[in-house]
Amino acid sequence: MSRLEVVKTGKLWIGGKWPRSESGATFPVTNPEGEVVARCASASRKDSRDAVEAARSGLGKWRDSTAMLRGQVMYRAAEMLEGRAAELTEALQFGGAGAAAARQEVDASIDRMVMLAGWCDKIHQVLGCQNSVAGPYHCFTIPQPCGVVVAFSPAEPALLSLVTLVGAAMSIGNSVVAVAPPQAGLAAVLLGEVLAVSDVPAGAVNILTGNQKDLVEPLGGHREVAVVVSGGLSKASRVAVRMAAADGIRRVHAVPWTGSAWEDDEETCSPWFLEQFVEFKTLWHPAAS
Amino acid sequence: MLARRAASFTKRSIKADSKRSGLRLAVSMLDLTTLEGADSPELVRALCRRAIAPCPVPPLNPPIPSVAAVCIYPRLVPIVREALAGSSVRVASVATGFPSGQAPLAMRLQDTQAAIEAGADEIDMVISRGAFLAGRCDEVADEVRAVQDVCGDAHLKIILETGELETPDNIRRCADLVIEAASRDRDLGDGQVFVKTSTGKMSPAATMPSVLLLLESVRDHFNATGVRIGVKPAGGIRKAKAALHLLVMVRETVGQDWLTPSLFRIGASSLLDDLVRQLLWTSRGHYAAMHDVAVT
Amino acid sequence: MTQTEGAVAAAGWDYSPAPERTRPDIESEYGLFIDGEFRKSRSGKVFDTINPATGERLARIAQADEADVDAAMAAARSAGPKWARMKGRERGKYLFRLARRIQECSRELAVLETMDGGKPIKESRDVDLPLVAQHFFYHAGWADKLQWAFAGRPVRPRGVCGQIIPWNFPLLMAAWKLAPALACGNTVVLKPAETTPLTALHLARLMQEIDLPPGVVNIVTGFGETGRLVATHSAVRKVAFTGSTGVGRTLMQETAGREIPLTLELGGKSPNIVFADAAIDQAIEGVVGGIWFNQGHVCCAGSRLFVEESILETFVSALRDRMKQLRVGDPLDKNTDIGAINSEGQLERIRSLVRTGQEEGAILHDVQAEPLPKKGCWFPPCFFTGVQPSHTVAREEIFGPVLSVMSFRTPEEAIRRANATPYGLAAGIWTDKGSKIFEIASRMDAGIVWCNSYNQFDAAAPFGGVKESGFGREGGLHGLRAYVR
Repeated sequence: MSRLEVVKTGKLWIGGKWPRSESGATFPVTNPEGEVVARCASASRKDSRDAVEAARSGLGKWRDSTAMLRGQVMYRAAEMLEGRAAELTEALQFGGAGAAAARQEVDASIDRMVMLAGWCDKIHQVLGCQNSVAGPYHCFTIPQPCGVVVAFSPAEPALLSLVTLVGAAMSIGNSVVAVAPPQAGLAAVLLGEVLAVSDVPAGAVNILTGNQKDLVEPLGGHREVAVVVSGGLSKASRVAVRMAAADGIRRVHAVPWTGSAWEDDEETCSPWFLEQFVEFKTLWHPAAS
Repeated sequence: MLARRAASFTKRSIKADSKRSGLRLAVSMLDLTTLEGADSPELVRALCRRAIAPCPVPPLNPPIPSVAAVCIYPRLVPIVREALAGSSVRVASVATGFPSGQAPLAMRLQDTQAAIEAGADEIDMVISRGAFLAGRCDEVADEVRAVQDVCGDAHLKIILETGELETPDNIRRCADLVIEAASRDRDLGDGQVFVKTSTGKMSPAATMPSVLLLLESVRDHFNATGVRIGVKPAGGIRKAKAALHLLVMVRETVGQDWLTPSLFRIGASSLLDDLVRQLLWTSRGHYAAMHDVAVT
Repeated sequence: MTQTEGAVAAAGWDYSPAPERTRPDIESEYGLFIDGEFRKSRSGKVFDTINPATGERLARIAQADEADVDAAMAAARSAGPKWARMKGRERGKYLFRLARRIQECSRELAVLETMDGGKPIKESRDVDLPLVAQHFFYHAGWADKLQWAFAGRPVRPRGVCGQIIPWNFPLLMAAWKLAPALACGNTVVLKPAETTPLTALHLARLMQEIDLPPGVVNIVTGFGETGRLVATHSAVRKVAFTGSTGVGRTLMQETAGREIPLTLELGGKSPNIVFADAAIDQAIEGVVGGIWFNQGHVCCAGSRLFVEESILETFVSALRDRMKQLRVGDPLDKNTDIGAINSEGQLERIRSLVRTGQEEGAILHDVQAEPLPKKGCWFPPCFFTGVQPSHTVAREEIFGPVLSVMSFRTPEEAIRRANATPYGLAAGIWTDKGSKIFEIASRMDAGIVWCNSYNQFDAAAPFGGVKESGFGREGGLHGLRAYVR
């Protein structure tokens, strides 16, 4: 006798909690045969505001952790991803990927998280410097986190792009509000579930799923947001983000990669990509009385 | 910031009338000094004549003022006393085992007593820098007060030897310490006590930052008590320009009130030559030769 | 005291006027610098540049409109490939040459800067010009080393850069913009501020003298509209702007449709935090230099002072005494500390903000003893006490010699109040406790933190803000990034 399957509804991950969308709206996740295999919460404008507030309160704990600890937490996330590789592979297959390709993307995502984890306590040495100024001063330029980063991830590669954007921002010590489009919804929910059990402090990462276009304006314009990074927004949405971001002089970056370009470890883990999540602070102190 | 502020005074451009009056002011603030083992009575008498009338013939009109004092070792006090008789120039004697101050306190007090008895108007004492650097601040305070007792009405200049104290913090703390010691339970008149940078026997001596620190200490003491302590940079001040920089620093740190020989002195020897040369230049339009002015 | 009676009238020793006598050769009219030569604007329109200390016109300046900006862009675009292909070493040598010529002409340029902008000659001579030369020297040396600047990444220039600069450090800002752009192989269309175009135009003359290839640098003078044309021109591949946050915001919107990088160096309301355990006299100097340098026309001016409550009274009193020593007047006098306000418009803005400060209940301290000159634009150095964080003078950038003094009790309170502003350009911290200074420095929302110092600048030190003070860095290795692909 056939058993009636329990269909999961993926929720939003905000401030370490798992609320359903404030509006109650969801969207279906279907397999290539068109059967509904799960549902995901569709984040509203209000959810996006809550996520930013959560990211703001979660920032301090993550930013002020030692770089060593952040690296450990991110490596822990990689371990947990590995443990749920099968489930993640299945989720990517719902999106249409073949079994091998899906598994490959999961492996790449796990490795990506490991690589980014390793940057936490090294990026400062690569991007920072001492400045030889013409006077008796110690003058350093040190990388610091920007604050709250909003990342719009593309539909594909659903998991790898999301891990890249979230991991890169995390490695510097930023807190993140990631917004995955419906096609990537289930993978995003699973990533949230992984991070939730990897000692990531509440609010340091927040994951929303839903229609990105609706959230471009409220997130781009939220004055607590420091950086908006677009991983796959349309040209019109990118312009909308910049228009909204102008009010608070927010940094807006557009990631140039599509499709398999996300697989390039050299590019995606380069310090010149990570630099988009960095603010430089130049410190002077007299070295003579 | 200390160095920068000190350097900022050297950026003031002192021209025309302000230069002329500044140079004259500097002459009037000079403690014309000779502290050599080879000082002979004859040389010292010549120095005293220059102290009274710094400009060789023909004199400028108005004449260049006399210097404030002649500063010598105690044994020369009687000769200087005699040579300066009838002039406004005061007799200043180093004492207290100058320049090292290493002798036992009793001997240093005796040294001071001898100078006073010989007729010194002013005593330039050295403190025990070693005691200060070792943290025995009471010992320094006590010796200042003991010397003060011996001085009576004679004015006292307390030499910190800032070059040995080395750091700005030390210099400032030491200045505060001796000023507090000299003022404690005493009704000091303005200019009765000076703080002085250096013996002139070591380098660095009266650097701009070290003088600034003394001025700041004196300023804060005045703000707290209303009593004006004098300041005397000494050592390494050879050029008229350096003297003008000092006057700028006084003016902008403690104000016009201190621009008087009763509150600001410059301890120097060859500086007078350059001051006179510059004054001759400002009035005659050509530079005097050294042999025109250095007539000691 | 009898010893020197009558010798010298001691009281009242003051400084005689010490005017700088060098006079630069100022032409009556200046054209636009396009493709290596000066030319009239197509429309023939001109505007006056005024000496704010006298109110007199110094010269007539061509006003660039769309056709002129097009021409400048075309010149920059056609000069681009050759300049970009040139060996880095050779490109660097042009910049070295230019740096040397600037040094040789620095007195004339300093005087010109002072006449056109009103800043004291002491500053243009001792701060602006040495830094201008240093900027070209520093970046000249990068031109042949760019492959080492960005590990693992071959670098290429971006192309034509549109650069818009302000009036507070006219030549220095030109140097900040031009030197990295040129070192990286870009060509430039530069728009100086309308009140201070002269030194940039004289710099163009030096570029002619050193045979900089025509079109590599083009200078279009004019007002805001000219700047807008430069920033939004289709030939532009990178936009750099220094100026107000308001204009920066507009530029962000106007370039929103272009996928080109933008760097913005905008306004500030920077805090200077003085703890009771600071070296007080040093802190006073830092505060003075922080707010009264360049008449307060400094984006990173330390315009909010936070003093630990236990020393507030003595600190304010010392600050008042120190302020009395500032000499306001003829910018060409070598002893002037505070020169003329840059323009009538800016003077009116300062006056109105100070009036607002008084109306809102803050207490104005203005101790200027000497009367201000009758002609020209002047505002005495001053500060407010009794300031609440919500007061206008504690929130808005005044861009004038006006300081707002507030107090705090604990480090946490100091950090919170210092960061409570949309701006984030600079911060100053004064304490002799090493661990405290580093902790607070790391918690300041600011792109530059001066510990026990303030207003230090260097070609090798990246400068720029966070939050609404803009993004991107200028100077140092980090300043190159905006100019390479």
